[in-house]
Amino acid sequence: MAIACMALFVALLVNSTYLQFVRSDDLNSRNGNKRVRDAEFSRERGDISVAGNAIAVSEEVDDEFEYQRTYPQPAKYAHLSGFYSYTFGQSAVELTENQILSGSDPRLFVNRVVDLVGNVQPKGGSVALTIDPQAQTEAFEGLRALDENITGAVVALDPTTGGILAMVSAPTYNPNALASHRISEEVDSWDRLNADPDRPLLNRGIQEIYPPGSTFKLVTAAAALSSGDYQPDSLVPGGVAFDLPLTETDLVNSQGRSCGGDRITLTRALTVSCNVSFGFLGLELGADALREQAEKFGFGEEYLDDLNGQVPSVFPETPDEPQTAFSAIGQFEVAATPLQMAMVTAGIANGGTVMRPYVIDEVRSPDFEVLDKTSPEPYRSEAVSSAVAQDLTEMMIEVVEVGSATTAQIPGVQVAGKTGTAQSAEERPPYAWFVSFAPADDPQVAVAVLIEDAGVDRNAISGSGLAAPIAKRVMEAVISQ
Amino acid sequence: MSTSVGSHPTGFTHRRRRGAELFLLVVSLVVGVGAYAAVGLSIEGTFPADLFGYGGWLAGLCILCHVVIRIFAPYADPVLLPIVAALNGLGLAMIHRIDLANLAQDEDANTFAQDQLIWMTLGVGLFVAVLVVVRDHRRLQAFTFTFGLAALILLMLPLLPVLGTEINGARIWIRLGPFSFQPGEIAKVCLVVFFAGYLVQHRDALALAGRRFAGIDFPRGRDLGPILVMWLVSLAVLVFQRDLGSSLLFFGLFLVMLYVATERPGWLVVGGAMFAGGAYLGYLRFGHVQARVGSWLDPFDPSYDSFQIIQSIYGQAWGGLVGRGLGQGDPTLIPFSYSDFIFAALGEELGLTGVMAILVLYGLIVERGLRTALVCRDAFGKLVATGLAVTFALQVFVVVGGVTKLIPLTGLTTPFLSYGGSSLVANWAIIGLLLRISDHARRPPPDLSASPDSETTQVVMRR
Repeated sequence: MAIACMALFVALLVNSTYLQFVRSDDLNSRNGNKRVRDAEFSRERGDISVAGNAIAVSEEVDDEFEYQRTYPQPAKYAHLSGFYSYTFGQSAVELTENQILSGSDPRLFVNRVVDLVGNVQPKGGSVALTIDPQAQTEAFEGLRALDENITGAVVALDPTTGGILAMVSAPTYNPNALASHRISEEVDSWDRLNADPDRPLLNRGIQEIYPPGSTFKLVTAAAALSSGDYQPDSLVPGGVAFDLPLTETDLVNSQGRSCGGDRITLTRALTVSCNVSFGFLGLELGADALREQAEKFGFGEEYLDDLNGQVPSVFPETPDEPQTAFSAIGQFEVAATPLQMAMVTAGIANGGTVMRPYVIDEVRSPDFEVLDKTSPEPYRSEAVSSAVAQDLTEMMIEVVEVGSATTAQIPGVQVAGKTGTAQSAEERPPYAWFVSFAPADDPQVAVAVLIEDAGVDRNAISGSGLAAPIAKRVMEAVISQ
Repeated sequence: MSTSVGSHPTGFTHRRRRGAELFLLVVSLVVGVGAYAAVGLSIEGTFPADLFGYGGWLAGLCILCHVVIRIFAPYADPVLLPIVAALNGLGLAMIHRIDLANLAQDEDANTFAQDQLIWMTLGVGLFVAVLVVVRDHRRLQAFTFTFGLAALILLMLPLLPVLGTEINGARIWIRLGPFSFQPGEIAKVCLVVFFAGYLVQHRDALALAGRRFAGIDFPRGRDLGPILVMWLVSLAVLVFQRDLGSSLLFFGLFLVMLYVATERPGWLVVGGAMFAGGAYLGYLRFGHVQARVGSWLDPFDPSYDSFQIIQSIYGQAWGGLVGRGLGQGDPTLIPFSYSDFIFAALGEELGLTGVMAILVLYGLIVERGLRTALVCRDAFGKLVATGLAVTFALQVFVVVGGVTKLIPLTGLTTPFLSYGGSSLVANWAIIGLLLRISDHARRPPPDLSASPDSETTQVVMRR
């Protein structure tokens, strides 16, 4: 009996230990835990900074929480900093780095003990982002210059590290309103943002997938060159139309033109973005080879840990032959995030190695001691061979110099790029894409621009017309430094 | 256990150790009054104005108990009273702390600490009465069926139309003017005495007759009467009073005492199966039982209203290893943090360290109770002591296990800590009875070598 009683008590002791020690972190980090939230709200939260300037700070105020989270450049950085709301939790870096910012991270343990002994309220650590402020500004202003109500996204990467240099999603929102300590203001703002059909809270750079259109031809070309059966000067069909098996329909080029002859080189096909050639290539290579190549660039996976909600890009599971042909030109069910297309581009720029994307550069303690610095790591060490990467680069240079994307030229700098215009549905305008990197011989920046809807006439929508000039601004901002 | 040697006629005699008790009592008072002072310091920034009045009253009660033990039960176990004093003091400080937090939010909020101190005074009164009136626990055996009847009446009181009140879904309260009371708490003590008396008389039949199956002796069908009755009573408690905790407690208590009296594991098997069956039926039949089990398995499943248990485990997780410190947590976020969930509030403010200390104190009470049973020389005393200790262990397990999400949540009070007059008074009575039995057990035996009649010792040898 004594043993049974002891067993009961041991069970209680063990369970209490489990609850208060083992599981406490898990429970404390749950949304809706008012205790933790109140304590965090009353604490001086650390800064989120970009190139030494804070984009999110805690300011002392005279209310029950003592500190008010403020965002000095709310519109430009909303999707990176995220919001810090009493009722609605956090998003983006405010969410993923919450432990550091709130000061509850294990790495800040010593600081907390010192604060405890000194009877000082513990402070949060700060987070520095990889963002290049000029590139971010150009991306933000570039989108806005097209149209006030534009929807779209820009993602720029450092191809050699994977560091995110710019990430803008339009429309944006004001995180200050969500961080308000007046609950009614916070709730109103939240309701309004969620009722907005353009979904301002959505980070289009990573949280939504779109048909990549002709920018996906880079993947198809990469698969073709990697197969060993094709060289940049290999001849492929380039006529007006391509008879699809199993169907009555033909695959046609945009505006029904010929690509410059019945047989054209692969380089020529990419330069003029020839649907007929790439539909043919898709069928020749097969869906599996295309999917394999896409997955080498990161399709189908989540790889971004620094921001929440990244969705994997998609290549269809079992397309039939015509569907494979459409997939090869980035239509049918192929869909990618702008970040994914930026990674394809960055991988080509970086000699075939795709770096893992990240946005947190450094994490610092409240006394600015560096706790952690992200070291770049390859995500796919050989998405394509360096020889194939070199071939693709030269083909992409042709695209900008004489092909479909002359609008992205930068004087004195060699730019490699690819346009895209993707049909999705009859009732909505096509998506305009542009992906590029520069300088071609020593890449410093790879960028993907997506225009979802710029309110312009259907015929005026093209990757080169709408998206390429924005990519150019972003690349210039990075290179000029 | 080595202590059983202590009852050996030729072994040593227990020392009274009243000095040790006094010393431990002072330590307990330091804990209790210190906690009260810490609450004041932490919340109001100064020592509470009534610290001396409060501390004096608490100390007075404890000293009174001590003196009464010195006079009426000089050989009683010296550890029990200090433990109880520490727990009670800690509980009072915590309730006071929650009162202050409630008052800060709402000036007209109900306060409980004052009432609790009054109840504690009543409890101590009953404690003293038990020690003074019951000079020899074996006398109680004569009133076996009186106690049984009393327990039954007490259990049924809340079901009476005028007297009984339903609070928070459980019909286990009676209301007399401004006072509400849970008669079940007192019934618990009566039941222990009744079971002990009954089993002492009938244990031979229950112990010896039966058939063997799968290595375990199972009792005869016709001997199943008492256990069946008890099973029905606890089911009735579950059904009519909707009180899962008490139901489990009563039946568990009966089973354990039956087992101890007969030393037949078969009873545990039969009883366990019956309880499992009953509980399963209850689960199928009653929505509130299902809800409890559901929010135990997955508290974050939105289809159950698991607000209480979620807040409870949040609070304890927030406490962590060393706790937030008295007055530094948010125990008002936990519903009923002054009563059923006081353990979670303590976990938040005193942390795992404090919680472990409290559990060890409870464990010590049980250990002391069981030790008393071992040392005790008569079968009735053994059974009563075992029953009381086991009630205590079960109750702590059920309520603390519920609050810490080890088992489904049931409404039971945390002995000596949580607010609740009936529970406090009943538990003081339990300690009084335990002390009475231990005084008897530890008292030096009469010089048996001169006595031709040594039957009492033979009973002891049979355990």
